Amino acid sequence: MDWRKVATQLFPSVYDVKQEGDLLYGQGRCGKHTVAVIGTTNHAEVGAELALAMAAAVLEVTNKYPRRPILFLVDTSGQRLRHRDEMLGLNGYMAHLAKCVEMARRRGHTIISLVYEQALSGGFLANGMMADRCAALPEAEIRVMGLPAMARVTRISEERLAELSKTSPVFAPGANNYLQMGGLDELWEGDLSACLSKALEHADAIDHRRVRGLERGGRKLADVVVNRVLGSA
Amino acid sequence: MTSSYYESTARARIAGLLDANSFHEWLPAAERVTSPHLATLEQPAAFDDGVVVGKGSIAGKKIFIAAQEGGFMGGAVGEVHGAKIVGMLERAVRDQPAAVLLLLETGGVRLQEANAGLIAVSEVMRAILSARAAGVPVIVAIGGQYGCFGGMGIAARCATAIIISEEGRLGLSGPEVIETARGVEEYDSRDRALVWRTVGGKHRYLLGECDTIVPDSMEAFRNAIIASIENGDDWSLQALEREQQLLGDRLQRFGDCRDSRDIWRKLGWPDPDAIAMMDNDEFVAAAQKRCAKQTIKAP
Repeated sequence: MDWRKVATQLFPSVYDVKQEGDLLYGQGRCGKHTVAVIGTTNHAEVGAELALAMAAAVLEVTNKYPRRPILFLVDTSGQRLRHRDEMLGLNGYMAHLAKCVEMARRRGHTIISLVYEQALSGGFLANGMMADRCAALPEAEIRVMGLPAMARVTRISEERLAELSKTSPVFAPGANNYLQMGGLDELWEGDLSACLSKALEHADAIDHRRVRGLERGGRKLADVVVNRVLGSA
Repeated sequence: MTSSYYESTARARIAGLLDANSFHEWLPAAERVTSPHLATLEQPAAFDDGVVVGKGSIAGKKIFIAAQEGGFMGGAVGEVHGAKIVGMLERAVRDQPAAVLLLLETGGVRLQEANAGLIAVSEVMRAILSARAAGVPVIVAIGGQYGCFGGMGIAARCATAIIISEEGRLGLSGPEVIETARGVEEYDSRDRALVWRTVGGKHRYLLGECDTIVPDSMEAFRNAIIASIENGDDWSLQALEREQQLLGDRLQRFGDCRDSRDIWRKLGWPDPDAIAMMDNDEFVAAAQKRCAKQTIKAP
């Protein structure tokens, strides 16, 4: 879905979000909240410049608008796959962005993310997955890699992986699978503005993903293992 | 027992770095906590799922530690593997050791557990930052055969400090991944010199992506860890603003470079090809005035 269409539904009264290249930055009004909007579009490949620009936006919101909630609008085809970005330390740029998001959270900013188009691995880790609550539109595409690539890496046939995907959310792409695994808190359908309002009310700074994964049956061991380490002699 | 960090297993590293007999493991192999997803795929499991976590001491200071075993699936992170690290980090928030040590050797997400692995890496990132925000410094060591890549390359840079050896490698997308996606003209993964220049310890150190570079020995890593713990942590908005500046300067200065040698030249190395031949002491001394990180401590 076009980001403007998403923004119009999220902020029916008024929003002011600008697109500069693949970067989205601005704010919108949702009920009683003014929400900072930071995001990407065009299935952005997140390279060093884009990661740094997002970090600058997070720092600006943190400095200028204490405690203002931040909404990440996620549309990324992953980290930029270039020799040049690796040479410059793209992992460091991504980590910097993640640290800025964590700092904002610690200073009282509620962080929400919405995958409205695509979210792939590295491009997703440093922003959307750092949120207090992570949501997706039902048709959004979320994945580490597709089944054909996974078949090559694991040397397991694509047919077998497709078969396994029917009963397990672990292998195959898709918003529903991430929901079951606890990687997503919810899918947003219908009145997106109401969904955002509700998420803002219910968000907290605790990482609930492993508990959701257990409750929903997609990731049964993560929470158990964490608790066993916490409880070990 | 070898004193090479590079050639050691995860358990040998723990034994070689910590005070003698101080290590106590949580969820040891005897408890058989294995990956359910590898079982579904009928693939062999490891009884520790490729990571060792526990507590111990270094120079008398109480620390918590996780060590990834490159020998099992290249240290890749699955659901159980990630949860063991997260449990250790959350325990650090609660019990307040002097530091957390992460001995990272990993290709990132375990692709056999695709979605579970990605979420696990994200949980590790948040748990690292929670430990730091709770006042526990997180020190990363990188010097194994598989380097530190994928999402764990991001996680490493979320830590307080990184200690790397010349043999250590750190990045996001590995050379093979980029070559597969963009072709050999973009990045030739078999060109070992090119790979070393791009992701190797010396380049990462010159760029300011790592705080300390050490020779490949247990003793050198141990001493550097002790020094890093002494240095403490600076988890603050001001530190992040300085990093913003630093990373912006890097793009301005080196954004148009095509090869790490061009970066090194700009940093004032008259003969970049000589860097590979220098021993660690010689290199560190020469790098004092020729590295991108000035006196500022990165967050």
